[in-house]
Amino acid sequence: MGEEDYYLELCERPVQFEKANPVNCVFFDEANKQVFAVRSGGATGVVVKGPDDRNPISFRMDDKGEVKCIKFSLENKILAVQRTSKTVDFCNFIPDNSQLEYTQECKTKNANILGFCWTSSTEIVFITDQGIEFYQVLPEKRSLKLLKSHNLNVNWYMYCPESAVILLSTTVLENVLQPFHFRAGTMSKLPKFEIELPAAPKSTKPSLSERDIAMATIYGQLYVLFLRHHSRTSNSTGAEVVLYHLPREGACKKMHILKLNRTGKFALNVVDNLVVVHHQDTETSVIFDIKLRGEFDGSVTFHHPVLPARSIQPYQIPITGPAAVTSQSPVPCKLYSSSWIVFQPDIIISASQGYLWNLQVKLEPIVNLLPDKGRLMDFLLQRKECKMVILSVCSQMLSESDRASLPVIATVFDKLNHEYKKYLDAEQSYAMAVEAGQSRSSPLLKRPVRTQAVLDQSDVYTHVLSAFVEKKEMPHKFVIAVLMEYIRSLNQFQIAVQHYLHELVIKTLVQHNLFYMLHQFLQYHVLSDSKPLACLLLSLESFYPPAHQLSLDMLKRNQRLRGSPNFTPGEHCEEHVAFFKQIFGDQALMRPTTF
Amino acid sequence: MAAAAAGAGSGPWAAQEKQFPPALLSFFIYNPRFGPREGQEENKILFYHPNEVEKNEKIRNVGLCEAIVQFTRTFSPSKPAKSLHTQKNRQFFNEPEENFWMVMSKDGKPVIEYQEEELLDKVYSSVLRQCYSMYKLFNGTFLKAMEDGGVKLLKERLEKFFHRYLQTLHLQSCDLLDIFGGISFFPLDKMTYLKIQSFINRMEESLNIVKYTAFLYNDQLIWSGLEQDDMRILYKYLTTSLFPRHIEPELAGRDSPIRAEMPGNLQHYGRFLTGPLNLNDPDAKCRFPKIFVNTDDTYEELHLIVYKAMSAAVCFMIDASVHPTLDFCRRLDSIVGPQLTVLASDICEQFNINKRMSGSEKEPQFKFIYFNHMNLAEKSTVHMRKTPSVSLTSVHPDLMKILGDINSDFTRVDEDEEIIVKAMSDYWVVGKKSDRRELYVILNQKNANLIEVNEEVKKLCATQFNNIFFLD
Repeated sequence: MGEEDYYLELCERPVQFEKANPVNCVFFDEANKQVFAVRSGGATGVVVKGPDDRNPISFRMDDKGEVKCIKFSLENKILAVQRTSKTVDFCNFIPDNSQLEYTQECKTKNANILGFCWTSSTEIVFITDQGIEFYQVLPEKRSLKLLKSHNLNVNWYMYCPESAVILLSTTVLENVLQPFHFRAGTMSKLPKFEIELPAAPKSTKPSLSERDIAMATIYGQLYVLFLRHHSRTSNSTGAEVVLYHLPREGACKKMHILKLNRTGKFALNVVDNLVVVHHQDTETSVIFDIKLRGEFDGSVTFHHPVLPARSIQPYQIPITGPAAVTSQSPVPCKLYSSSWIVFQPDIIISASQGYLWNLQVKLEPIVNLLPDKGRLMDFLLQRKECKMVILSVCSQMLSESDRASLPVIATVFDKLNHEYKKYLDAEQSYAMAVEAGQSRSSPLLKRPVRTQAVLDQSDVYTHVLSAFVEKKEMPHKFVIAVLMEYIRSLNQFQIAVQHYLHELVIKTLVQHNLFYMLHQFLQYHVLSDSKPLACLLLSLESFYPPAHQLSLDMLKRNQRLRGSPNFTPGEHCEEHVAFFKQIFGDQALMRPTTF
Repeated sequence: MAAAAAGAGSGPWAAQEKQFPPALLSFFIYNPRFGPREGQEENKILFYHPNEVEKNEKIRNVGLCEAIVQFTRTFSPSKPAKSLHTQKNRQFFNEPEENFWMVMSKDGKPVIEYQEEELLDKVYSSVLRQCYSMYKLFNGTFLKAMEDGGVKLLKERLEKFFHRYLQTLHLQSCDLLDIFGGISFFPLDKMTYLKIQSFINRMEESLNIVKYTAFLYNDQLIWSGLEQDDMRILYKYLTTSLFPRHIEPELAGRDSPIRAEMPGNLQHYGRFLTGPLNLNDPDAKCRFPKIFVNTDDTYEELHLIVYKAMSAAVCFMIDASVHPTLDFCRRLDSIVGPQLTVLASDICEQFNINKRMSGSEKEPQFKFIYFNHMNLAEKSTVHMRKTPSVSLTSVHPDLMKILGDINSDFTRVDEDEEIIVKAMSDYWVVGKKSDRRELYVILNQKNANLIEVNEEVKKLCATQFNNIFFLD
C-alpha cells in the first residue's frame, strides 16, 4: 500500500494537552472544541486549548471537589463547572465583571444533573434525569434566570452545537428520542421519534446506547446517526449506520442506510459531508457519501462505501521540547487505539497521549481509487477543496497515458457544466431580484455562494485545455473532438461559449490545414459570430479563399462593415492578426481585393 | 425512350444499344503518346464506346480530335478547344490528366437559339468532367493504373467502369445543377449539429480504424471529414446512385430492419447499404466499394462503408489495407445502429420543430436556385426531384434556358452583377451574383414592373438569405 493510497489523515497540527492521569482530568467541550486539562481539581491550574487558539487560556480555581463537567460559554465569556449532581458553578471571564463564583441549583426537586450545554454566550441548558432547564445567565448580577423548563425522564442526552439541538433519550428501552431546538432565548420541542432496535436474544434487555448515536450536519441537514450492530437473528450481512433526517419542522424520517458489511467496534465521524466509519478490529475506515446514487427501496436509500477500506494515514508524533534536540526519530502514533475518543463532527482525541486531531479527507488518492470517472466527479464536486483536484482529473483524462474515452470525457464535462450552470442561474435570479428592488435584507434573497465546484470556462481553458492543445503528441482528431465535446456540453446547458474556446478550435484546425472542417463548423454557426473571429477569418483568406466570404457574412450579421466609422476603433483584431502573421508570415495579411 | 433511335432490334447490338440514350454518339479516351508513329495509332485508344465501331473509324475519330486540339492550341496554348460543333454532332474535350484525353460526342439537333447552345456546352462539359471524377473516385488516376499494371490494366479498368457508367448518363435531363455540381446541406440547429459531431467523434474512436466520416440526412450533407472536392463527387454518387437504389425496398418495407431474432441486440433501424446484407449469415461477404481520395497529394485508397438508420446515413471510410471482417461489421452494427437510430429521430424531431417555427407552408410566389462556389452549397425550389434519369423541374424549359443564359453571362465577368429578364407570360427571371454566390429567382407576378420585381428579390434575400452577405 503506497502512501498515496491513504485517503484519510489526521491534521498536521494537533491540539496538544497534558495527558490524562490520576491528578490531571481532561474534558472536551464539543461546542467550543476546547480541551480542558484540570490539574488537582483546578487548584494547580486549568489549561484550555482550542483548535484556533494560539494562546491557551490558563487559570486556577479552588479545589471544591471533583469536576464532573467544565465548559466555557460561547466566546469564552463565562465558565461553568459542575462538581455536584445538583449544582453548577459559574465564574465570569468578562473584564470588569466580578470573578467571584456563583452557583445555580437545578430547579426540579430530587433531580440529578446529567450535564449542561451552553447555547450562546449567556444561555445554558441543564439536563437532569427528570427534564431540561433553560437558563439565562446574568453575569453582572452573578445570577441565573430560568427561561423555560420541560419535565420528562431522561436516560442520557446528546448535543449538536452546530444546529443547537439537544437530543434526550427517554423510555425504558432508551430508544425514544426527544429533540429540543434552542435559538435566541427560546426553546422549542421538536417531534419525538423512535429508533428501531435490532432484535436481541430474549435473555438480554435491548436498549439504545448513547455510544451508538451521533448527531451531525450533512449537506446542511441535521441527521441522527444510529450505529445498528449486527444481530445474529437477522440475516443482515453486518452492521449498518441508519441516518434519520431531523428537519427544522416536521417529523424525523429514516432516510439512508450505510452498509458496513462487517461487525465489531465502530466509531463515526463526519468530514466534509462524508460519513466516516472507523472499524477498530481491522484498523481501517470507510467513507459514505449520501449524495452519491444508492439503491432506493421506496423509502430508504442504501449506500455502500465509496472506496475500499483504508487505514488512516500513519502518523508520526512530532517531538517537541528538549527531545527534539537529541534528533530522535519521531514516534509512530498508534492509530485506532482503544484510548481514542471520537467526537462530532471530525474530532479524534487520544486522552492518554494528549492529542486532539481533526480528521481530514485527502482527495488526490481518491482519484486513483475510484475508476468510474462519472462517479468520481459526482464525489469530488461535493467536496470543499475540490477545484484543483478536479482540474487535475481533467488534465489526466486528456493525457496520453491515461486518456479516457470520449463518452467518459463528455460525462465529466457535463457534470462540471451542470454545476457551473446551477451557479449561473442562481446568480442571474439574484441579479434579477436585486433589480426588481427586492429588499437586500430579505432572508430569501441571498447572493449565491460560489463554491470550488463551480469551474467556469476560464478555469477549464487555463488549467486544462490550453495546455492540452499544445501537446504535440496528441492526435489532432482527438484534440478537436475534445474541444467540440466541451463546446457541445456548454451548449447543452445553454451556457454562452467564450470566444477563446472558439479560437482554440480555429487555431487547431488551421495548424492542421483543416480549413474545410472549419468552414463546416462556421456554416452551422457552431463557432459563434464575433468581430475578432471575423477579422481572424479575413486574415486567413490567402490560405483558404472562402474565409473571405465567411468573414463578410459574419460581419454582415454583426451589422457592420469594415471601413464604416464604427468598425475601426477598438475592435481588438490586432492580436489575431499578429498570431497569424507569426504562423504564416506577412503575405498572410494581404488585403482583400474586392469588398 | 431509346427505342426510337435504335434499329429494328436485329443483330447483337440492338438490345445493348437500347440502353444508351440516343444523345450519346460516342465516348472515348486516348493518349497520343501511346502511338506516336504511323501504324501504331490503335495503341492510343484506351477506351472507345461504342466498341462495335470499326477500328479504322475509331482511329480516324481519335485522330481528328487530336488534330483539333493541336490546331486550337496554336491560338490559345493554355486553353485549347473544349467543344466542337458540327452540323451532325457536337464534341466535348477534356484533358483530366496530362496527355489523357476524354471525348464525348452527342448528336447535334439543329438549334436555333444561341443561348441554349451556350448553356448546353457548359452542361455537357461539366458532365464530361464529372465522368472523370467518378472514374477516379472508384479507380484512382489513369497514371496510377499505368504504374500498377501498364496500359493493359488501365484499359481493363476503363472498360469495366465506363461500360456500366455510360448507361447511367442521361444527357437529356442535365441542366444548370450539373454545372454547379453542388451539395445540398441539411439545415440544422447548433445543438443537434453538435450532437452529430459528438456522435461522429465517438464512433471514430470506438471503431478506431475509421479514417474519415461523412454524415447525411434526407440525402443532404451535414458533415464531411473528406475534403471538399472528394466529398462533391462522393455526394453525387451517394445521392444519384447508391441511395436511390435502396429507396425501393425502404418504401416497400421489405427489409424490416428490426432484428428481434437476435437476442441481446438492442432494437435499432441500422443497416448496411454497402457490405454485408445479412449479418446473421456466417458466409456474408464483407466487401465494400473502394474509393480513392486526395489523389493530388497523399493518394489514399479507402473502403467505403455506408450505413443507414431511417433517414440518417453515415459513411465510414477506412484504409484499404485494413480488411473489415464480419466481426467488425457486427460490432459496427451493434455500436452505431442504436445510437444512429436515436440520433436520426432527434434530427427528425428538431427538423419538424424548426419547420413549424419558420411558419407558413404556403407556396411562395417565386422559385429559386442558389449556389455558392465557396462551399458548393446548392438549393433549388425549381427541382422537385432530381434523379439520374429524370430531372423533374416545376418550371417551363424555356425559363431554365434563361437561367443558363444568365449563368453564362456571370461566367464571363468577374465582377458581381445582377440581371433582370422579363420572360414570356408574366414571368420575370432575376440573376444575382455576389462574392462567388449565385442566385436565380423566377417570379410570376402579373403586371409587375422592374422596381417591384427588384423589391421582391430584396425581400426574398432578407427572408431566405438573411445571414449571408449579398451586395445590394
